[in-house]
Amino acid sequence: MELRKNYFADVRKDDLHEIGQPRPRSDSPGHVTGKTAFFADRTFPGMLHLKMVRSPHHHARIRSIDTSEAEKHPGVVKILTAKDVPHNVYTILILIQVGPEDETVLADGKVRWKGEAVVAVLAETERAAQEAAAKVKVDYEVLPAVFDMEEALKPGAPLVNEYHGQNYYLYDSGECRKVRFGDVEAGFAGADHVLEQSYQSSPIEHAPTETTGCVVTPEGNDRFTCYTNTQAMFFTLDNTSIILQMPGSKLHFVGGTVGGGFGGKVDVIVEPIAILGAKLTGRPVCFIYSREEEMQISSPRAAEKVVIKDGVMKDGRIVARKVTGYTDAGAYSRHSPYGAQKGAGHYPGPYTIPNVWIDTYCVYTNRTPSSAMRGFGVTIGDFALEVQMDKLARLIGMDPLEFRFINAYRDGDMKAHRQPTEGAALIECMQEASRAANWPVAEKYLAMSSYVKGA
Amino acid sequence: MAKVPVQFTLNGSETAEFVDSGTTLLHTLRDKIGDTSPKGGCHQGTCGACSVIIDGELRLSCLTLAETCDGAVISTTSGLSENGILHPLQRAFLDTFATQCGFCTPGMIMAAKVLLDHTPNPSRDEVVEALSGNICRCTGYEPIIQAVLTAARSNSQNAA
Repeated sequence: MELRKNYFADVRKDDLHEIGQPRPRSDSPGHVTGKTAFFADRTFPGMLHLKMVRSPHHHARIRSIDTSEAEKHPGVVKILTAKDVPHNVYTILILIQVGPEDETVLADGKVRWKGEAVVAVLAETERAAQEAAAKVKVDYEVLPAVFDMEEALKPGAPLVNEYHGQNYYLYDSGECRKVRFGDVEAGFAGADHVLEQSYQSSPIEHAPTETTGCVVTPEGNDRFTCYTNTQAMFFTLDNTSIILQMPGSKLHFVGGTVGGGFGGKVDVIVEPIAILGAKLTGRPVCFIYSREEEMQISSPRAAEKVVIKDGVMKDGRIVARKVTGYTDAGAYSRHSPYGAQKGAGHYPGPYTIPNVWIDTYCVYTNRTPSSAMRGFGVTIGDFALEVQMDKLARLIGMDPLEFRFINAYRDGDMKAHRQPTEGAALIECMQEASRAANWPVAEKYLAMSSYVKGA
Repeated sequence: MAKVPVQFTLNGSETAEFVDSGTTLLHTLRDKIGDTSPKGGCHQGTCGACSVIIDGELRLSCLTLAETCDGAVISTTSGLSENGILHPLQRAFLDTFATQCGFCTPGMIMAAKVLLDHTPNPSRDEVVEALSGNICRCTGYEPIIQAVLTAARSNSQNAA
């Protein structure tokens, strides 16, 4: 490993003991010997298996649920519906006051996406649970569904989620998150060129090798131990406490070992219902997504649409940027209102632009609820922004890397969301990238610094 | 349901179990015998996390019925180290940072072991081919390939 000490030499300490030193990973010995304990490596005598009856419709009213045949199936121990869940309507981010509660643990009267959990079946074996789940009869009245964000925002579109009352998340700033900086229209009016482009992405599934799941044991004293592969231990514990109306002191969560997560395991989906099953049966319960469920049911990265309008001068300065971003939350919020909000702060990119206008919408559709995934809220935005940057450079006949040097943010620059830039190292990163990639830029860009404005 | 008796050698030890007809070897190893080193990632033979060695050949334990293993010699990653000394493949995976979440690692090591047992000095292409049935969603393929090549080199140095 090579450390370039010429960058930021005045702030770099040279007495670091760990940086640049190879260290063995503490978890690797367990991995290579097969001793690392993933949640599913625990098994308990008398453990029940939980399988979910899921909605075959994108949007439907539930007229009735008949579990009588399923209850008679050999091996079935317990069947759970909405009425069994103490606090059935929840939303993950209520812990940080991002409401309203808008999602059901088990569907109550309505389903809003294809695959939504309706009835939970607990049985002696996985096979018995699966077979019994197939015998649950749910009578649906299919409703019109909406799958496109812009269609969902039109007047008269089917209402996806009654807890919101409209097909977008209502921020304290209104129907979208807004950033206003300078005078964007004056910026466009004075620009040599204006370029407006639209970018969009599809949902992306994390597809971890280990599927989502948990194993729960009742400890015999009203306490429950939950072995889980959640990436969000305390989020899960606290939300489970709310959903089950059970103090956190009754819940012992064991985890931290995740067989691939990438953000796909930060929702609170399997633990509350599995713990409820253990509570109502007094037996250990295992709820593990099949591969099909992992691909079809678990939250993907949100589909996004990003419309970017930039005003640029012939000398390379971007003078105005207007962005409208749409994040497809699917039927429920989960982490998407936060993702869309992150986008609002992020869309100027690592560039200093004097006039900025940003609106980001978190939109509800009858699609699989989306949630976290590696840099959600900014990753698709970065794709759009950097493609836009290349297009702008081409428009004014400038080298795309030199174009980025001209617009790069530097320490002290005010960002559009009113946070001064600190610790920027974009210029230095690009200088090093220019050398490493053998993409030469003019000497004046190699003399630039993130510290000194105008250098 | 009548149970089926199955007896095989697992990592050098004689092992016997009564299983329901139709039970997979993966389920038998993990939930009956307690060897959880093979992992269940897809239960449909596509991810390779459940790979074990049966009579010298690489097999997917999620698609192998336990009752077909009567009399077989089975190896899993948990039986690879001897007296606490890591197998060269385990050592190489450790030294080259070839693990991330660790879920695919036991299956990868099994696939690599069968390769090196048959082909002690594989080319890079042969390593890639041998690992092609094993998915690493952390996408750490490059260090895994390097680990297998490193283990092969250390084997041939020891033999020399």
